[in-house]
Amino acid sequence: MEYVNIFIKSIFIDNMIFAYFLGMCSYLAVSKTVKTGVGLGAAVIFVLGITVPINYLLENYVLKEGALVWLDADFADVDLSFLSFIMFIAVIASMVQLVEMAVEKYAPALYGALGIFLPLIAVNCSILGGSLFMQERQYANIAEATVFGLGSGVGWFLAIVAIAAIREKIRYSKVPAPLRGLGITFIITGLMGMAFMSFMGIEL
Amino acid sequence: MSETAEATAVVKEPKEPLFSSKNKRLLSDPLNDDNPITIQVLGICSALAITVQVKQAVVMSLSVLVVMIGANLIVSVLRNLIPSRVRIIVQLVIVAALVILVDQVLKAYLYDVSKQLSVFVGLIITNCIIMGRLEAFALANKPWPSFLDAVGNAAGYGWILIAVAVVRELFGSGKLYGFQVIPDAFYDFGYFNNGLMILPPMALITVGVIIWIQRSKNTKLIEEN
Repeated sequence: MEYVNIFIKSIFIDNMIFAYFLGMCSYLAVSKTVKTGVGLGAAVIFVLGITVPINYLLENYVLKEGALVWLDADFADVDLSFLSFIMFIAVIASMVQLVEMAVEKYAPALYGALGIFLPLIAVNCSILGGSLFMQERQYANIAEATVFGLGSGVGWFLAIVAIAAIREKIRYSKVPAPLRGLGITFIITGLMGMAFMSFMGIEL
Repeated sequence: MSETAEATAVVKEPKEPLFSSKNKRLLSDPLNDDNPITIQVLGICSALAITVQVKQAVVMSLSVLVVMIGANLIVSVLRNLIPSRVRIIVQLVIVAALVILVDQVLKAYLYDVSKQLSVFVGLIITNCIIMGRLEAFALANKPWPSFLDAVGNAAGYGWILIAVAVVRELFGSGKLYGFQVIPDAFYDFGYFNNGLMILPPMALITVGVIIWIQRSKNTKLIEEN
């Protein structure tokens, strides 16, 4: 039951896009069609689902104060947490490079469509944000951390698919010319963000 | 990762004048026609997070300027040495090192601002404007054009940031750069600060309105749909 709660919470209440506005750049730029949106969303779920547990292990067995005790009792007061930024980003960058190679090999069309935004997953704030939230919220074991990572990814996926679907439909509407494309997307996202603020404060 | 040290060993032959018309365009385009936020869609996260006050926006823009110049120069000098398979990691390490430098300088000389910004200075690492320009420009160009590209894009990023911050601080808390602008008499008449302006959704809508204004002035930027 605990896992279901974490999953639902990370999808809706702590939605990466609408509650924290993380990962906006690729969200705005790759949401022109549902197809590319689904591709990038799936990549984000995958990367978050892998990096959060890896960084959880790093955090609990290397970085945290006293985490190195399993090596030797002398390390009980070693605190390496100042290294967490650079360690997390190194893990994320190498995982993204792996995903990039896999997509290039097995789905060249998707690779072309995603363009510059595939390498940019490495700097997608939602990925680093996922690891930092994991660090901040102190999950009890690695399964909870994994569920949280996957849930955040699914939340991001739903957000990008929703906005992509709206953008496909809005093509048939009369938007004022200077607002077409990016402008109206910003405003719609703002309105969706206001709607998602109503999830705030719900306790599961 | 330690190859950053031999940065000066590259031969540079300035065949064209330093400020040829092509190079001037590198500086001026990002301000309007090719703005990083409103056209290239890079660096949105920080634009939303730190535009509640003008002061934070100014410090953030300057930090991004410094990091971008450094990163663009280093990557451009090293562009022939970085294997493309591991370029993301190399770039992130360079950017992370520069961000740590900026963070330390801010802590030494602007401690109070650094305290307010602390998390967001760290998040410059994941600010996609820096990675985006490294990927799109510095990896394929000589150091001097890359330097100009960095200055231009950081300036284009900065003015949008400051414009959004002015709107949000003025209507959200009635102040500009921390000084009260809206006189007390207004409040006595029943004027209220708009609390909604401080929340993140209004940053999105403000940027949307800026895009609207910019594109109605500059009609060639209008998108098909």
